[in-house]
Amino acid sequence: MSESKLIEIIGLSKVFSDAENKVVALNGISLTVYEGEIYGIVGMSGAGKSTLIRCINRLDIPNEGQVLYRGRDVLKMNRRELLGVRRKMGMIFQQFNLFMQRTVAENVRYPLEISKSPRKDADRRVRELLDIVGLSDKATAYPAQLSGGQRQRVGIARALASEPDVLLCDEATSALDPMTTQAILALLQDINRRLGITILLITHEMAVIRQICSRVAILDGGVVVEEGDVDEVFLSTRSEAGKRLFGVLPERAAEDPDVPALRIVFDGSSAEKPIISRLAQETGVPVNILSANMNHLRGKMYGQMIIQKPLSEDENKAVVRFLEEAGLTVREVNKT
Amino acid sequence: MSWEKIVPLVLEGLGETLYMTLPSTLLSYLVGMPLGILLVVTAPDGIRPRPAFNAALGVAINFLRSIPFIILLAMLFPVTRAIMGRAIGTQAIIFPLVISAFPYVARMVEGSIREVDRGVIEAAQSLASSDLQIIGKVMIPEALPSLLNGAAIVMVTILGYTAMASAAGGGGLGAIAITKGLNLRRMDVMYTAAIALVFLVQLITLFGNRVTKKLDHRKR
Repeated sequence: MSESKLIEIIGLSKVFSDAENKVVALNGISLTVYEGEIYGIVGMSGAGKSTLIRCINRLDIPNEGQVLYRGRDVLKMNRRELLGVRRKMGMIFQQFNLFMQRTVAENVRYPLEISKSPRKDADRRVRELLDIVGLSDKATAYPAQLSGGQRQRVGIARALASEPDVLLCDEATSALDPMTTQAILALLQDINRRLGITILLITHEMAVIRQICSRVAILDGGVVVEEGDVDEVFLSTRSEAGKRLFGVLPERAAEDPDVPALRIVFDGSSAEKPIISRLAQETGVPVNILSANMNHLRGKMYGQMIIQKPLSEDENKAVVRFLEEAGLTVREVNKT
Repeated sequence: MSWEKIVPLVLEGLGETLYMTLPSTLLSYLVGMPLGILLVVTAPDGIRPRPAFNAALGVAINFLRSIPFIILLAMLFPVTRAIMGRAIGTQAIIFPLVISAFPYVARMVEGSIREVDRGVIEAAQSLASSDLQIIGKVMIPEALPSLLNGAAIVMVTILGYTAMASAAGGGGLGAIAITKGLNLRRMDVMYTAAIALVFLVQLITLFGNRVTKKLDHRKR
């Protein structure tokens, strides 16, 4: 992963106001997205994340601050420069926003059409892109004939047509069911790895962040309340918003046990199954639950559980291995 | 008058009615469509907001729309004479028809284009489209079924206006129904002309619906 800054947001503020009301959507946001990474911005609805991502390609214009793309301020660019930068920033949407009167292939061809690519090159490129997103057999279908997941694939292919450096994902999986969400996330990860395209995504689902992001910013009330490597932020979240998003009740989170223990984090990505009883059965290690704080949200489990650390090192290793293979995050907690 | 005479008379009227309706529809779109697009584009939530201009344009269009056709026809006599060479007759009436219809067309086009999802316009913006590309390659194609449906309605409305052409010495089915039917107490002539009008309206509506449906890909 390269260390060069692709997008740098400095002191971004945005106020929506009409005659009576003033809503501060963003209040001095600063963050940096490096080339090649998958950066996630997470927050509850109303936290300002959509406004933030829309300011990056100037679909919204902030009141204050800078959006630097490769060091150049997007907000100060003239029309022609802006269009040039937008070609380098693909964007996909929660509601897909496909052209309903164009076929799948014509949707993907649109960016090539408006940049006046030669016909033959465009034909070839459209075929490649449909192949990347796995929709080669749907080239002549209309969006209305596709499922939600397929529509998002068209959206992705269309966004990739102008060979962007970064893909902006505005709640790209929020309208999709869990299975389809998995498939789209896998596709995004694949695009990031294979094509080296930086991904900046916003979501209200922590599981999405956990699954594909390397770094995360937690947005609350128009402010970045936490930022850093996903694992770090996830395991030691301090902010109220972070705890709410992780499903941790604030009064319990601080409570550390006085014996050596393991903290198990359920982030909604592990399938709902009786993990603890299976843990006991499969490892043969008796499990002593010290405290637990679990929430069920839309059939997924969120929260944390603290179990006593097995006494022998072998048993401990077996337990940790089992839990990690089940997709959970485990960390040793020790008060002393 | 026997049927051998009524039928050619009505057919001739049909021809004259179309001669007034088709060019009028076409010309009112030529003027009204750009205005309708302008109304959407310059609206406060449009892609090039110009609120003051937008409001002024809206007022002007509403002003023209609120004058009844028969009055506008009379008011425009001098202008019509200057532009069309004469103030009365089947051909001359095309001018007042266009003046009366284009504000209506502007509002119809505005309505159709507004139906295009805002998100789709934003997607087009994110894909580095210029404003002209958004209008030509997104707004109009995406609104096409609705635009065509609107065109059929506009055409039927203009057809209705042509029936008043007899007031300005024009021909067509409306004029036949009144001058050769009602005024001469020839009910058979009047009804035949009226039925021909109904038939024409049905035909336009049916054709409009068919084409609209065929070009609409928004539903599976």
